[in-house]
Amino acid sequence: MKINRRKFLAITGAAAATGLAGKGAADAVDSVKKKSRPQKRWGMVVDMRKCEKENGCTKCIDACHEYHNVPDIDNQKHEIKWIWKENFHNAFIEQENNMLPEKFHHHPVLLLCNHCDNPPCTNVCPTQATWRRDSDGIVMMDWHRCIGCRYCVAACPYGSRSFNFFDPKPHIEDIQDDFPTRSKGVVEKCSFCEERLSRGGWPACVEACSAGALVFGDLDDPDSEIRQVLKENFTIRRKPELGTQPEVYYIV
Amino acid sequence: MIMYNSGKIIFGIIIFIALFSAPFWVNSLGKSEAGAPELEYPKDHSECVRDSEWMKAYHMDLLNDWRDKVVREDIRFTEFQGGEIEMSLTRSCMNCHDNKEKFCDRCHNYLDVTPYCWDCHVEPMGAKEPLFRDTKKEKVTLMKKSVEAANEDQ
Repeated sequence: MKINRRKFLAITGAAAATGLAGKGAADAVDSVKKKSRPQKRWGMVVDMRKCEKENGCTKCIDACHEYHNVPDIDNQKHEIKWIWKENFHNAFIEQENNMLPEKFHHHPVLLLCNHCDNPPCTNVCPTQATWRRDSDGIVMMDWHRCIGCRYCVAACPYGSRSFNFFDPKPHIEDIQDDFPTRSKGVVEKCSFCEERLSRGGWPACVEACSAGALVFGDLDDPDSEIRQVLKENFTIRRKPELGTQPEVYYIV
Repeated sequence: MIMYNSGKIIFGIIIFIALFSAPFWVNSLGKSEAGAPELEYPKDHSECVRDSEWMKAYHMDLLNDWRDKVVREDIRFTEFQGGEIEMSLTRSCMNCHDNKEKFCDRCHNYLDVTPYCWDCHVEPMGAKEPLFRDTKKEKVTLMKKSVEAANEDQ
């Protein structure tokens, strides 16, 4: 077939027009639009002065673990934890203080995922199943994608990640239907309750704490409660020398 | 061409072909209908996010799309009934299709497919209402409340 210039231009023009029209139609069909929302950076302050007054209280841990279907496994090698207690000298190794005040020997510190600004766990994930969300700084997990390689468990300097060595469901006392469970071979950790935040709620641990020891809020908002607390109190963070920029602050 | 024992061999071949093709000619007698699975559709809801023919064929793609949008892109709502409804398998889909046994399972069993949604996701034990966003008023309420509000407006 011989093609002349006019025919060639007509064919290419028609092809381009169909392509553009097709793209426009596809855009219209895709009804889900991305809503822009103000930039945030979620953070938390743990006020140990208030926490240690409630000796032996586990309200925040219970609330979190119940809401998120976190299994209760006795064996320490297999345990799953999102928020837990640890001795001060284990939690803050870098403090290296032999002359700690007496109270630090008796009152464990509350630990959870620090939702680092510079998280080492996300860089090592081969499937992008974990990442730091730019819009609010939460270190997210996609359990659909996790292949259970446990690189992130090794990379996290805070021990915030747990691995499901077996099906967790038999170890969940009362399965809640509003949050999925996990399956065997998946890593899990605290998510700052991003699913509750998206519905306008507050993290389960913060809501459960009756002592007001957990302050949660937007670190980018200078008028937020958390910024006021940080302004008025001296706070420490876990292993700041690593440069991970943890977003969980402690008043001790 | 000489064929020894031709009678027995041809007879054998005919028997073999008859038995081998048995499924085809037994079915052609018309007794083969397996019947479509009987599904229980929601009684007090008539509208889905897509029409039912599309959903029959592509609901798994829709769910995958919702999953990626919600988990990875933080996009939570999709267009529905003039507003937007929360994208959630357990909250939105199963708010109407509240009987997994008689809806999801019946068809999946019939087709012998085992989706792994339920390895982790928990079948709702009491209907959790999905969120509904009125795009005109920019108001987010529970689905039931938005229906009630719409009824009051009329």
